[in-house]
Amino acid sequence: MSKLVGSIKEAIRLAGLRDGMTVSFHHHLRNGDYVLNAVMEQIASLGIKDLTVNASSLFDTHMPLIGHIKNGVVTKLLTNYVSAGIGRAISEGVMEKPVSFRTHGRRPADIALGNTPIDVAFIAAPTADKEGNCTGKEGRSACGSLGYAYADAEYAEKVVVITDNLADTPPASPSIEGKHVDYVVAVDAIGDPRGIVSGTTRITRDPVGLVMAASAAKVIKASGLLKDGFAFQTGAGGASLAAAKFLKEIMLKEGIRGSFGLGGITSYMVEMLRAGCFEELLDVQCFDLDAVASIKEDPRHKEISATRYASPLAKDAAVGGLDVVILGATEIDTSFNVNVHTDSNGYIMGGSGGHSDTANGAKLSMIIAPTFRARLPIVTDRVTCISTPGRDIDVLVTQSGIAVNPMRSELRERLVDAGLPVMDIEELKARTERITGVPKKIRRGERVVAEVIGRDGELLDVIYNVPER
Amino acid sequence: MKILKNAAAGTVESSDAYVTVEPLGEEISVEVESVVIEQFGEDIERCAREVLAELGVEGARLVINDRGALECVIRARVETAVRRAGGDLS
Amino acid sequence: MIRSLLFFPGNNPNMLINASALLSDALIFDLEDAVSPAEKDAARILVRNTLRYMDHGSAETVVRINSVDTAYWRSDVQAIIPERPSMLLLPKVGSASDVRELECEMARVEAECGMEVGSVGIIALIETALGVENAFQIATSSPRVRALFLGAEDLTADLRCKRTKEGREIEYSRQRLVVAARAAGIDVYDTPFTDVNDDEGIIKDAMLARALGFSGKAAISPRHVGAINDAFSPDEAEIEYAFEVIEAIERAKAEGKGAIALRGKMIDAPIVARAERTIEMARALGLGRRKA
Repeated sequence: MSKLVGSIKEAIRLAGLRDGMTVSFHHHLRNGDYVLNAVMEQIASLGIKDLTVNASSLFDTHMPLIGHIKNGVVTKLLTNYVSAGIGRAISEGVMEKPVSFRTHGRRPADIALGNTPIDVAFIAAPTADKEGNCTGKEGRSACGSLGYAYADAEYAEKVVVITDNLADTPPASPSIEGKHVDYVVAVDAIGDPRGIVSGTTRITRDPVGLVMAASAAKVIKASGLLKDGFAFQTGAGGASLAAAKFLKEIMLKEGIRGSFGLGGITSYMVEMLRAGCFEELLDVQCFDLDAVASIKEDPRHKEISATRYASPLAKDAAVGGLDVVILGATEIDTSFNVNVHTDSNGYIMGGSGGHSDTANGAKLSMIIAPTFRARLPIVTDRVTCISTPGRDIDVLVTQSGIAVNPMRSELRERLVDAGLPVMDIEELKARTERITGVPKKIRRGERVVAEVIGRDGELLDVIYNVPER
Repeated sequence: MKILKNAAAGTVESSDAYVTVEPLGEEISVEVESVVIEQFGEDIERCAREVLAELGVEGARLVINDRGALECVIRARVETAVRRAGGDLS
Repeated sequence: MIRSLLFFPGNNPNMLINASALLSDALIFDLEDAVSPAEKDAARILVRNTLRYMDHGSAETVVRINSVDTAYWRSDVQAIIPERPSMLLLPKVGSASDVRELECEMARVEAECGMEVGSVGIIALIETALGVENAFQIATSSPRVRALFLGAEDLTADLRCKRTKEGREIEYSRQRLVVAARAAGIDVYDTPFTDVNDDEGIIKDAMLARALGFSGKAAISPRHVGAINDAFSPDEAEIEYAFEVIEAIERAKAEGKGAIALRGKMIDAPIVARAERTIEMARALGLGRRKA
């Protein structure tokens, strides 16, 4: 019997979707994704209500989802990251049930354990054959890795593949295998290539960002971890990428050959691979065109699942082998807890993604952030939301000084010996407040709009609504 | 210093403030719009009033559009706007 | 010790508030070319407040005021001197009399606000043909003059030649300024390198400036500060050699010898003086000797 069905609506009907069930989506098409909106529109037109949406991440292109929440089609959200538009609606209290935020590693673990069962998974595939063998490496909507969709395909009751490039023959090495797939739908377009990957990711030109990046590279060098076999991940923020560039220069100068680069992969990590800084790249998601081209052509650039990336259940989780990860923060407190979920006014505008997974796994997890943004100090007494617990954060690098977690006294000594400007985090906070003034605490609402679940499944924190001002 | 005419100073770039001032009888009114209004709104108004007092301004309507400026920047923009409104261009 | 001097547009708060984080030895707050005539008042007040309220750590603070042929410079001096910057940078200095005119005004304001007269220094920006020819007189025009500073953009316009990256057209002016400043016993700073995207070019240009005898070099981009600091800092080999020179001298003294050789070369007084300067500089920069 053919898996090919004529429309998304038909596939939803055949999959038996009913009120109260759970549907899932992955986010490799990022802000260019058409699939989530197209599927939700058909679900709504079928009159199905009270659904749980489990989406690995949500972007502002998914704003129509807020409409489906308001009219009762969707009543619960599970996700790892939301961008600012969706986040604002959640913070303003659009949903009755709190949103469950997980990490990129916790999501596949909870799917596998049956804690968050999926009834119907929708997989956006840049290329698929009629059996549903998928790859992200080919097609007009190519996005490279499909790493976050593996658990959905493996564990969902029904799996619907949606593609805009139906191939006659199976892809050479499919990411998602047809054995998991129930239905295949061909559509005109699964996404807008301009929103899927950016042309090139650029390092920052901001002078403060460059100072922090240079300092970050010095910290890595002084940590003693930078030697043959070095494993590294960095975020896609401008200063983090600049740090990777400085690190590359050090590695090439000193002839250090690392083992692997991990994560969402950018052109900078690809350059490091090509320059011989790493033996391989392990890629759960591509951020730019160079990364997509590289994963297609270079056998050393490998696609991995979210489970292999970061699941606490995986005995080979790549994050556990990391030496260094460079991460961002909107706030960090004097206990080194980091907030990447909300902005300083309490509005949700992010999420853990792989933040807490990598911080938990890496030997050295570094936060890189300016001491203040728009007059708001980065270091606070208590973060608005604990996204990553302070026990997993080793060092904060700013343009004005470096603070080491007091639990890492050996690291502190190494940095002091290297002549780096190390100071207590309280001192850094006090110095910053002398420049900015002490901000008044923001008012928060009474209602919990989101819960933050850590890598090990523990409730790390809750996020309250933002009251009208 | 007497406010003789409408004047403005600063920009709406980040970390700056755009300040306008106009004559207003004998009273002083300060309006603040800010990206950090919750955290620093009161501080901004206080420091603006301090600058007006230092310059001996008696009647003025001051409007501050703050883009996350530090206090020393807000003080500079308020002083510049007031001096311009008072005909002091030195 | 000033190796690098970084320019900041005087009316741009976003740049000014992060000035001290950019690792430049001296910060130049610019009231002249970077500020349009309509914003001279705003920049002057903003820079004054920056000096008054911000902590610039160990960086030297320099304010480039407007030249003495403008309507702005007296107001600049009046507003800035009470905030005790390290130095004023006076542009378009053509002769000693320009410096003396500024010096008079500075002394008046210093006295007026109860400061020690002479406490704020002057850097003379030489950017005209006349200034180059008068360099020694300018350098010795006042005890306040701490350094000469070559401004090649305006200078090449005055010389009616093209400004090039290689800088053949300013070779004479560079050397003339170095000689004049050293003869007067003051520092001398090289013109900024203006291509912010040429990472190799800035390194070459800064190395050249050091080789010519400059004390440091200005920058218009924060990205150039690192290359300038590196070029004007003693490297490991230089520090090592300096320590060896001093040790050899001390050994010779202990053994009662007069002349001694190191690495096959006689050590004379200039070599010892240079070694002492290198060690002093290394200590000031927190640079150690590789082997203890």
